Amino acid sequence: MQSALDPAGEEASQVATLFWVMTIGGLVIWALVVLLSLYASRWKREPISEQAAARLIPWAGGVLPVTVLTALLAYALWLMPSLRPFADPDRAGLRVEVVGSQFWWHVAYRRPDGTSVISANEIRLPVGERVEFSLTSADMIHSFWIPALGGKMDLIPGRTNRLSLLATKAGTYRGQCAEFCGISHAHMAFPAIAMEPADFEAWLAARSRPSEGLGANQAGRGLFERERCGSCHRVDGTQAQSTAGPDLSHVGSRLTIGAGLLENDVEALERFIVHPASLKHGSRMPAYTHLSADELARIAAWLKGLQ
Amino acid sequence: MWHLLPRQLETLWTLFTAPVVWALHFLICYVGAAIFCEKPGFLGTDFDNLRVAIAVVTALALAMIVMSAMLAWRQWGFGTDDPPHDDPTRRDRTLFQGYATLLLSGLSFVAVIFTALPALFVTECLR
Repeated sequence: MQSALDPAGEEASQVATLFWVMTIGGLVIWALVVLLSLYASRWKREPISEQAAARLIPWAGGVLPVTVLTALLAYALWLMPSLRPFADPDRAGLRVEVVGSQFWWHVAYRRPDGTSVISANEIRLPVGERVEFSLTSADMIHSFWIPALGGKMDLIPGRTNRLSLLATKAGTYRGQCAEFCGISHAHMAFPAIAMEPADFEAWLAARSRPSEGLGANQAGRGLFERERCGSCHRVDGTQAQSTAGPDLSHVGSRLTIGAGLLENDVEALERFIVHPASLKHGSRMPAYTHLSADELARIAAWLKGLQ
Repeated sequence: MWHLLPRQLETLWTLFTAPVVWALHFLICYVGAAIFCEKPGFLGTDFDNLRVAIAVVTALALAMIVMSAMLAWRQWGFGTDDPPHDDPTRRDRTLFQGYATLLLSGLSFVAVIFTALPALFVTECLR
């Protein structure tokens, strides 16, 4: 599960440090107030002198809180610009475009050489390299959040927000929509995989070509075309080119299906295809209950083969 | 230097001077930053200009609050009497008002600094 207190990115570790500084600062103040009230009510049990009160009130009630609050505020404000760093516009790096929809993520990797790789419901990024995200929405406000890597940023229709992340530790983390967007908001998640740069380049190069699994399980591909799945989905190297639904070009290699909903295996693919809305309420993909078990198995096998 | 300050004012309005300065400073800082960042053609694009403007407005606001605090201190009798000043006399009313004005001036002084503090650290607005 995701945790902002187990950081694997530069921004996330600053957020975690800020959290601990504020929590410990708050606990110290709380302990002092409790000790003071215990001292007054249990040990001392008599009013202090007027002179002592005249000193205590301005110092403990005025000077101390103002000093502590100024220090904490200045620390948080000092941290602020580095929590929202932006890549140098002159230095072209990898840019990842994310478009949120009910309840899935369209992902496009724009490389510096102008080529693009289209994917969905999964984010991969190289460790140690700053990656710039362009975030927008196709329908309503969503929010893009990978707690282990950094703070969240809203996806707003008609507006492009920027977010920049630097992963420092390789691993698989969970991303989550962090703005209520409808009935399956909680099921609008994605795995975020931080990879070694060389592995990432190899992965991206493989994803820029049609899957080698296109030719296998031809019966499944035929059913995919017969059922007009390409009216909504795109599979690179075929006639299916619609972007109304998630890109399926290499769906077999993704860790999850249904945007973080199920582990990706043939059985889960079958379950999702036959009745998506029963697994993911509000999903606009129609049910395929008219397919026989054999037909379902063939389509699922073909999709799982798109590695 | 006390003769340079206006004579004592027998009005409740002095009580609100410092909070009003605080409110105006807040509005100028926030509205100014919002217009500056949203309309680059209107006030220019150099964010440091805005930061300098906020620094100037802050210095002016703090000076006005200090002035209000000095007047209040005088009205309070320079601290010669101790609070709570709760007798039903004209003198206690005056002292109470002076004391309350002094405390409000202190609060407004800190608040104006807190309002301006982000401009010290934030160096750009994102367009």
